[in-house]
Amino acid sequence: MASRLIERYMRGAYLPHIWCAGCGNGIILRDVVQAVDNLRLEKRDTVFVSGIGCSSRAVGYLDFDTLHTTHGRAIAFATGIKMARPELKVIVLTGDGDAAAIGGNHLIHAARRNIDLTVVVLNNNIYGMTGGQFSPTTPIGDFSTTTPYGGIDPDFDIPALAQAAGATYTARGTAYHAAQTTKLIEAAILHEGFSVVECVTTCPTYYGRKNHRGNAVEMLKWQRDNAIPVAQARNLPREALEGKIVYGELWRCQRPEYTRQYAAIIERAGGKKQ
Amino acid sequence: MVGRIQINQEWCKGCGICVAFCPGQALGLAEGKVRMLFPDQCVGCGLCELRCPDYAIWMEAGDAGEARQNG
Repeated sequence: MASRLIERYMRGAYLPHIWCAGCGNGIILRDVVQAVDNLRLEKRDTVFVSGIGCSSRAVGYLDFDTLHTTHGRAIAFATGIKMARPELKVIVLTGDGDAAAIGGNHLIHAARRNIDLTVVVLNNNIYGMTGGQFSPTTPIGDFSTTTPYGGIDPDFDIPALAQAAGATYTARGTAYHAAQTTKLIEAAILHEGFSVVECVTTCPTYYGRKNHRGNAVEMLKWQRDNAIPVAQARNLPREALEGKIVYGELWRCQRPEYTRQYAAIIERAGGKKQ
Repeated sequence: MVGRIQINQEWCKGCGICVAFCPGQALGLAEGKVRMLFPDQCVGCGLCELRCPDYAIWMEAGDAGEARQNG
């Protein structure tokens, strides 16, 4: 028994999901299917691809054509699907470790090509599945099982990284701001080109516990109290944004899309051979 | 928005998110599962459904505050 939205788009036999009590991933996965529902995407025209990690378990619960791939390679597999079937909507669900550490090269090169993929990065600031090791987005100074004295590695700003590499749409949402995050995911899906939506999620089990952030409720309240809409953030000095989450649509531009350019090359070379 | 709260206790992990963010303070936890405690205080806003990570609570068309609990 579930809501109409969940019954329509999720594999109910596999629920409840594997995520810990209070994990924000479930909230963001609901945002994703709400976005798909709002856009009236057909299941047969929509493919979800994930890599490895807590985030990447998401596709197992989605009643679509889904591909759960190897660690860091979700964008590479998604690129293959999009090249073979450019008419499909291809949505990648990945995590901070999957997208920005082992998959970092796939992220930047897909951005450089501006291939029409939507990448939803569930950023929980830590490697949850493997036991709480620090990730490329663990804030500097924060604790994890492998930074027991606080990390010295500066953290990546994933939307800024994607933008610098050539992404034509970037945004950031949070688990707390569910309705706004749904709208950002919708905009990313509609945008033709490489789109990245970083969704800051909550990991009470590892990141929260290691950094004394309290339980799931307290972590969501922290997001509520420390997230700044991008329009407001643009008028604030850099120091005022230290340790805050700037959310909303961060970047949007137009550039030629990769599969369209590839189709044009095929035409120039004499068209498709049967 | 007027609706009826539905609860699937089998999927509820007792994280307390819906309880904490319910503006009417209508919900509570009992034995680690969500319960509709004060149906009169439910304003039918649907925030519980929006933030439940486990899809264990949702709104269906009907009168605000009426609760049906299964599982």
